Amino acid sequence: MMNCLHPLTLQQRRLFLQQCAGGLGGTALIHMLQSESQANIPNELTHALQPKMAHFAPKAKNVIFLFMAGAPSQLDLFDPKPKMRELHGQPLPASFLTDLDDALLKGSAQVFSSPRSFTRHGQCGMDFSDYLPHLAQRADDLCMIRTMFTDVSNHHPAQLLMNCGIPRFGAPSMGAWVTYGLGNPSHNLPGFVVMLSNSTGTGDLGGTALWDNAFLPPIYRGVTFRSTGEPILFLSNPRGINSTTQRARLSAIRDLNQLRHRVTEDPEINARVSAYELAFRMQSAAPELIDFSDETEHTLNSYGVNDETTRWFGSNCLLARRMVERGVRFVQLYHYTWDDHADLNKNLKRNCSMTDQPAAALIQDLKQRGLLEDTLVVWGGEFGRTPMHEVRRINAAGREGRDHHPFSFTMLLAGAGIKTGQIIGQTDELGYHGIEDKVHVHDLQATLLHLLGLDHTQLTYRFQGRDFRLTDIGGKIVSNILA
Amino acid sequence: MYHRLLILMLSAFFAVPGSSFSQNKALPQHWSFIRPVKSPQPEVDLSEWLENPIDSFVLASLERLQITPSTRADPITLIRRLSLDLTGLPPDPQHVQSFISDQRPDAYERLVDRLLASPHYGERWARPWLDLCHYADSDGYLTDQLRPYAWRHRQWVVNALNQDMPFDQFTVEQLAGDQLPHSRTDQKIATGFLRHTLSNREGGADLEEFRVKQTLDRTRMVGDIWLGLTIGCAQCHDHKYDPLTQKDFFQLYSFFNNADEININAPLPGEEGPHAVQRVRYLKKRHEILAPIERDLITLQDRWEKKMLYAAHNPGKDHRWDRQWELLGLIWGGGLGEGQLEGVEIVKVPRANRTTLQNERLQDYFLNHGSLVDPKEFSRLELGEHASNLQQARKDLPSMARAPTLKTAQNQRPNYIHLRGEFRSPGMAIKPNIPAIFSVSLNSDSPTRLDLARWLVSPENPITARVLVNRMWQEFFGQGLVDTPEDFGMRGNPPSHGKLLDWLAVDLVQGGWAVKRLHKIIVMSATYRQSSKTREDLLEQDPGNRLLARQTSMRLSAETIRDSALKASGLLSNRIGGPSVFPPQPDRVNMEAFGSNPWPVSEGENRYRRGLYTFLLRTSPYAPFTIFDAPNPNQTCARRNRSNTPLQALTLLNDEVFLEAARHLAARIIRESDDGLQARITLGFRLCLAREPSKEESRRLTSYFMEQVRIFNSDPQASSILSLPGNTTTESDTFAAWVGVSSVLLNLHEFITRE
Repeated sequence: MMNCLHPLTLQQRRLFLQQCAGGLGGTALIHMLQSESQANIPNELTHALQPKMAHFAPKAKNVIFLFMAGAPSQLDLFDPKPKMRELHGQPLPASFLTDLDDALLKGSAQVFSSPRSFTRHGQCGMDFSDYLPHLAQRADDLCMIRTMFTDVSNHHPAQLLMNCGIPRFGAPSMGAWVTYGLGNPSHNLPGFVVMLSNSTGTGDLGGTALWDNAFLPPIYRGVTFRSTGEPILFLSNPRGINSTTQRARLSAIRDLNQLRHRVTEDPEINARVSAYELAFRMQSAAPELIDFSDETEHTLNSYGVNDETTRWFGSNCLLARRMVERGVRFVQLYHYTWDDHADLNKNLKRNCSMTDQPAAALIQDLKQRGLLEDTLVVWGGEFGRTPMHEVRRINAAGREGRDHHPFSFTMLLAGAGIKTGQIIGQTDELGYHGIEDKVHVHDLQATLLHLLGLDHTQLTYRFQGRDFRLTDIGGKIVSNILA
Repeated sequence: MYHRLLILMLSAFFAVPGSSFSQNKALPQHWSFIRPVKSPQPEVDLSEWLENPIDSFVLASLERLQITPSTRADPITLIRRLSLDLTGLPPDPQHVQSFISDQRPDAYERLVDRLLASPHYGERWARPWLDLCHYADSDGYLTDQLRPYAWRHRQWVVNALNQDMPFDQFTVEQLAGDQLPHSRTDQKIATGFLRHTLSNREGGADLEEFRVKQTLDRTRMVGDIWLGLTIGCAQCHDHKYDPLTQKDFFQLYSFFNNADEININAPLPGEEGPHAVQRVRYLKKRHEILAPIERDLITLQDRWEKKMLYAAHNPGKDHRWDRQWELLGLIWGGGLGEGQLEGVEIVKVPRANRTTLQNERLQDYFLNHGSLVDPKEFSRLELGEHASNLQQARKDLPSMARAPTLKTAQNQRPNYIHLRGEFRSPGMAIKPNIPAIFSVSLNSDSPTRLDLARWLVSPENPITARVLVNRMWQEFFGQGLVDTPEDFGMRGNPPSHGKLLDWLAVDLVQGGWAVKRLHKIIVMSATYRQSSKTREDLLEQDPGNRLLARQTSMRLSAETIRDSALKASGLLSNRIGGPSVFPPQPDRVNMEAFGSNPWPVSEGENRYRRGLYTFLLRTSPYAPFTIFDAPNPNQTCARRNRSNTPLQALTLLNDEVFLEAARHLAARIIRESDDGLQARITLGFRLCLAREPSKEESRRLTSYFMEQVRIFNSDPQASSILSLPGNTTTESDTFAAWVGVSSVLLNLHEFITRE
């Protein structure tokens, strides 16, 4: 077949590979150019998804990012502040307000002591509130960062910053960067999968921009999966088309597309061919992926798949494990109803009860199966919540909420290459600012890439005359996170 | 190139975060704030290439870098490109045939003129405009109730574009049609443009908070659509990069702060007469029903209104009345897309100052929801019964279409800066005004939306014509001359061809804002007519094709892909306008929206209407369109993505809509050609791609066809599933094989691409 089709011109190919290999050092590039003469049907985009060499030996191969959009309250889950009890109901001490310019800070806000009770867990003695009993049991498998901080205090920009490295539209998502840098070991499933929680229509989710490829080739864009019914829309063949006729259809489409490519040399045609081939493989791989019949009852129960409250997030967590088993590089789950401006007690409890057990089960299950050695699990949102109560809503006692807080929040890490059973960073007596070991979003991103064997300053893509990277112009590796 | 890079670097340097405005002001003014002028067309060597002034600017920059433009695209590519760009539909084979055999020197121009005059032109160009005002057929937010008359504005846009309404008038009528002297109904419908903001009718929603959100949305639209400035950034604090203060933002906001949402009677042809006749009868009946209790009713309703107003001014005093007040704002006109605060505003106006219709509507509301004021008196007067009698009487009223619009508020709200963007923190009192950077003073003490609209399209405004030209350019070349079409500020990218952009902007205004004229200039240029073929010599020098040494291949928009499939198969309805329709989609998509609004799949012609008319539910937009990058209908979109994903492959392969198109395309190929296999394959190509297949393509499709006949021959069940009920002339295995061929054609990259 190859003989009758012109491959890319050498120059196009070299340019493409330079882009795709983007900073992977010369080795991968040379390897690919050498194998050019034996290149088979796979066009450059199949190459684009082929597993690539990292910059250095990786600790982690896969990532499961449990993104808690809306911003969970760190002060009611992870970071106990006894001092707040003394100051409860009083205005914030003036020392906290100097040099701050943030739209969401109100002079009238009063300190709101957490109504939660905290206990230390595990051998390491990590604090968790009573709302997270399951994750608490995994304390020794976790690294807790209490001093995360970000640059923006609105959901969408902050979600973009956490996922794409800049607080605006137009940059590729971390999942896209990682798949671009490392390729996709799964032959039959996309390299970057996104799953959304059931939100009953509420919630704060920035939408597809959070898993966009932006200027990276579109093959790196996150593909959304559903956890019930057809995992992907239009996955099944229509009536009257079986797998033989489907395959024949695809072959004809591929050949005709490639004939056209000879005329126009439009690289998008090759991307289209790859997309079709992947679509076909997904048709057989995806149903098997979402079929839980080979899971034990014990496993299903541990994820809460059979329980109304946990079913949705639990199914997604279990799917995440099954994807990682099948080689999917980057799985991102979105649970997006954490924005508790009011009724924190009630709403936080609901969100925790939906996610706590499944998230803990995921970590335990990965560990038990030896998958945690290669998999990095991240838990957290776009920012934290204020030590003061919300002033934008009426705050009846017992119905208080907290506002957005970019200056300090907590994230959890588990798995490959992480030094677990430790807490990184310390916040001040009100949990307002980090006072030691502060970790910027870009630092976390740099560290995650590092664990994957990628140098965040080298993983670049040239666009509009500039080399872009996930960490923009920042990012330093947080070495005390590393095992 | 280097020059451009330098500009980029410089603008990045000057846009350092934290730089203050005083610094900005010290800089030479940003290019987009300076009024454009027509520069003389530059001298070029290859003058025989030029078709019009566009080409001089493009060629001059190419020649500076010693790049030659691409050859002209072949006629078939040109007619397909033009048809898709101007009407959003692929050309009919007979039109292709007559164009390529037309030897007249002005054949191309004739084609352009024919397409510009097509009634489908307005449909195609309405879509990007509706992306900007984020059109949808529902309220948004949690309850996402339907808006059965949102389409009235869409219809107005299609008509206005087809009539080539000058863009200044187009602007004025949509921003302030209701404020024009002796405003006509169609001008008020135009102002429905500003009614695609979201409405929150969820219990607990703060009425003022969401009114403010709508007003902010309208303000940002002016920034995004006309000024090309991210003015939304100045809502909470002065703009970090552009010379826009928070005061500027709220002065602009103030133009919209006293615009109230109302729906008006806007009868469709034939509705008015019968309605008027029945309305007289209804009013008589209404009087008969209410006359016996009128005095007591008025007394009771007055008490109710007093209670309501007291609650409105004293929140927290009595939560039952707080709730009544809130409810009035939440449920008024729900499910009908009426302005939700209309009832609230009517109560605030003394009875004597209300119109008859206002009194009637408020009375109806009271009869249905007012019992809290005095349940005993309410039931003594049997008001519930009266309400249902009135409802019964209304059943005889023939339908009368409504239309969303705005009107100047009867109860004027004060205008002030929202400190830190928070409407509950009033700052300095202000008046509506144009941002200071434009140095204009409006000749009025209390400028109106109409004044704003007129300024936007006045020659004093340096930016709007550029922004418009740029967005149009983007539709013809895949990207704008400024590739950040929503941001002409300091953080936006500078234009690739600044003088060309300015020339076109000035020319547009000099030409009376005639948009079709602008489109014609663009498509007549040699630049536009170039081949889009990838050029090896440009890959390194200009991979993003900013220099325009070739045309750009673009994947078609979501709607156009579906329209093209329906057109090729002969299914597409040519009907223009009307309410939205519900083509089939998987049940599940709709189930995921909280509101679980029904999706009553349309039958007959409405199944095959153009994508523009597909019902757009905000919480759950039509799934195949989302897969092909239709934008989120909750926010302004100035440029769509053109992604390329496996989900798109699955959609074209497996979605019922596309398989149905393939079955009808098969029938059409068989019906319209009886000259054997090769002729039929050729017809299939012409219907889908406008061109004929190459020998190799034909050979490949032939072998595919033969293989399919064999397969289906041994699988009669599958064959009969793929067959069409009316198919009697063709063996079902042969027919099924043609369905396969048709489906292959509809899946080709070329089919969903405009080269």
